[in-house]
Amino acid sequence: MMMLNHMWIVLLLPILGAAINGLFGKKFPKAAVNSVAVGSVALAFAAVCELVREFWLLPAGSVPWVQSYYTWMVAGETTSHPFRINFALQLDQLSVIMLLTVSFVGLLIHIYSIGYMEHEGGYYRFFSYMNLFMFFMLTLVLGANLAVLFVGWEGVGLCSYLLIGFWFRKKSAADAGKKAFITTRLGDLFFMIGILLAFWTFGSLTYGDMFGYAAEKMQPDTLAHPGVLTWIAVLLFIGAIGKSAQLPLYVWLPDAMEGPTPVSALIHAATMVTAGVYMVARMNPIYSRAPIAMYLVAVVGGVTAFYAATIALTQTDIKKVLAYSTISQLGYMFLGCGVGAYAAGIFHLMTHAFFKGLLFLTAGSVIHAMSGEQDMTKMGGLRKKIPITYWTMLIATLAIAGIPGFAGFFSKDEILEAVKSGPHASLWLWAVGVAAAGLTSFYMFRLLFLTFFGKPRFDEHHAHVHESPLKMTIPLMILAFLSIFGGWVAAPKLAGGIDYFDRFLRPVFTRYAPAPAVPEVASASGLSPGMQLLFAVMGIPVILAVIGLLLAWWFYIKNPDAPRKLARKLHGVYVLLLNKYFVDEIYGALIVRPLLWLSTNVLWHVVDSGVIDGAVNGTAAVARESGGVTREMQSGNARSYASWVVAGAVGFTMLLLAFIGLAVR
Amino acid sequence: MIIPTSYYLVLSGVLFGLGVVAFIFKRNVIAVFMSIELMLNAVNLAFVAFARAHQQLDGLVFVFFVIVVAAAEAAVGLAIVIMLAQNRESLNVERVNLLKF
Repeated sequence: MMMLNHMWIVLLLPILGAAINGLFGKKFPKAAVNSVAVGSVALAFAAVCELVREFWLLPAGSVPWVQSYYTWMVAGETTSHPFRINFALQLDQLSVIMLLTVSFVGLLIHIYSIGYMEHEGGYYRFFSYMNLFMFFMLTLVLGANLAVLFVGWEGVGLCSYLLIGFWFRKKSAADAGKKAFITTRLGDLFFMIGILLAFWTFGSLTYGDMFGYAAEKMQPDTLAHPGVLTWIAVLLFIGAIGKSAQLPLYVWLPDAMEGPTPVSALIHAATMVTAGVYMVARMNPIYSRAPIAMYLVAVVGGVTAFYAATIALTQTDIKKVLAYSTISQLGYMFLGCGVGAYAAGIFHLMTHAFFKGLLFLTAGSVIHAMSGEQDMTKMGGLRKKIPITYWTMLIATLAIAGIPGFAGFFSKDEILEAVKSGPHASLWLWAVGVAAAGLTSFYMFRLLFLTFFGKPRFDEHHAHVHESPLKMTIPLMILAFLSIFGGWVAAPKLAGGIDYFDRFLRPVFTRYAPAPAVPEVASASGLSPGMQLLFAVMGIPVILAVIGLLLAWWFYIKNPDAPRKLARKLHGVYVLLLNKYFVDEIYGALIVRPLLWLSTNVLWHVVDSGVIDGAVNGTAAVARESGGVTREMQSGNARSYASWVVAGAVGFTMLLLAFIGLAVR
Repeated sequence: MIIPTSYYLVLSGVLFGLGVVAFIFKRNVIAVFMSIELMLNAVNLAFVAFARAHQQLDGLVFVFFVIVVAAAEAAVGLAIVIMLAQNRESLNVERVNLLKF
């Protein structure tokens, strides 16, 4: 029970690593920086493993396991509703999944970074930020109330900013960091209002108290009568839109690719961006009582999944394709949560962490091999030269495309099945999701074929193509293994058995569920006719994925000229997609430019220069002018001073006499 | 014959007024200094007059204080006058006006 009582150890380790490297790392040799950074994350992972082992032995009655360490904030203690926030950590099935995913993928990416960042400056700074990120991410998933979650939420945003702008001397990187920070902050504003509204409504921010209050004392909102629960859910979801890069606040994520590739893998694929999905799943008792918010989550997720997939079709930067793919896959997770299949959403979150983390790391390996080249049109034919990278990326691509047998297949189909036949089924969202699945397969194989197949389109004498060192390829192989087998916990369901993942998470999502509890997805299709149906439904996404694969093959291997011809034929569509629907330009024209104009012409020239400076300078001018007049009195002549004294004495005496006269009368 | 207190006060006031006028209009430092003494003694006269009118000793005690202060002031003041005479070779107060804005 040792770890269970001291869950803070999990948080302490990475922040210690961050502090040591951040404060003293400049003088350390690289090996010492590595040991501290990777060691602290490895120990944190070990602590998580021990924690999970002890969690397994807990009796069902003591889950969720909440430990409160100290009182963080207290206000209004004498009132009937005191505001009291403890620094408390909570362990339940959902946090277990998140903890394992975050710490394990984080550990692998730390190991990978040793190789990837070897030749970069600011080595200690990079690892210090990475460890700090691990600390905040673990805080986010371990927190037992919304306030602790918010600390982690903002902290990972900070680390994201620091790491995107890691090469801050490059203007585009610094700008991308700012863009990410400001865009997510817009969502966080609403997130914070949502937290305050939640406190106002429930009188507490602790998960158990909030959900208990909602379950016992409140009527669930309905579609026709949205109430405060809907407002809380929607406000919190806007925060998730910013953090998880959904429409319309997704614009920061593609730019975030300016950061080093391990950062993209860890923060912008595997962990931080999934915080929004985790939050929605965590707040499931609220969302389940707010059908409008649920529908909003599903629609935003589904539309984003399709929208981002279309943009990914035309991008030529290998990391940009993966960025849009991440946005699209996050959309799937929200789609799953939005139709009430929280477990499916979290399942996809986990498998996505494996295969998308792997995709980014292999992309990093390709970039490493190409000495920094990111443009896929300047690659090609790398299959033989970097075989480990090729094979692992192939596995990840098969996984994300949803080819049966790979991790992505199980999780994606679970979501799509819930969208089609779950309690909140929606046929049009299913169609959108399936179409996005086809597009996903196409653009991912396009990436694979452009990079590894065909003739080399770079100067072979100039580029020194080489396979990455072992410390980079071993994490790739481990993640590739997980990209295949990470989804198999759900496999027995296909044969009419139990979905172990779903069953494990079930207590989290049923404990406070509103009256008609979430029906068990697996049990409905246990019968053999149902199984037939299940396979039929699953068939469509798979068929589309295979079609996508074949189309990509036809376009990029069989007829390498075909894409150019098609682009010429569908010129308008192509330009639209290539420029990402001109969304950045539209935001620039609608928001950035007017704001800039307002700031320059009104806030700066009028308010700042006129009003604020005017007030300050005016005060000074009044003092100077009045001083200029009155200083004449200080002539330095003793006689004139004497005259003033006499005048004052006479004046004072007269005044006194006048008062006495008045009083006497 | 008893001289009424008001007579003393009028005399005191006249002497004080003369002192003030002399202080303001005289240019010679010595004369300015003497006018200060005149004002002090005018006030002394008023104190004595009130002490007599009220048959109390307080006013007389104050007069001694004033005389002591005036003596000390004369000592310091004359020292300043000597330094002034040595440094400026003039006793005109109009020329002693460095202490200003």
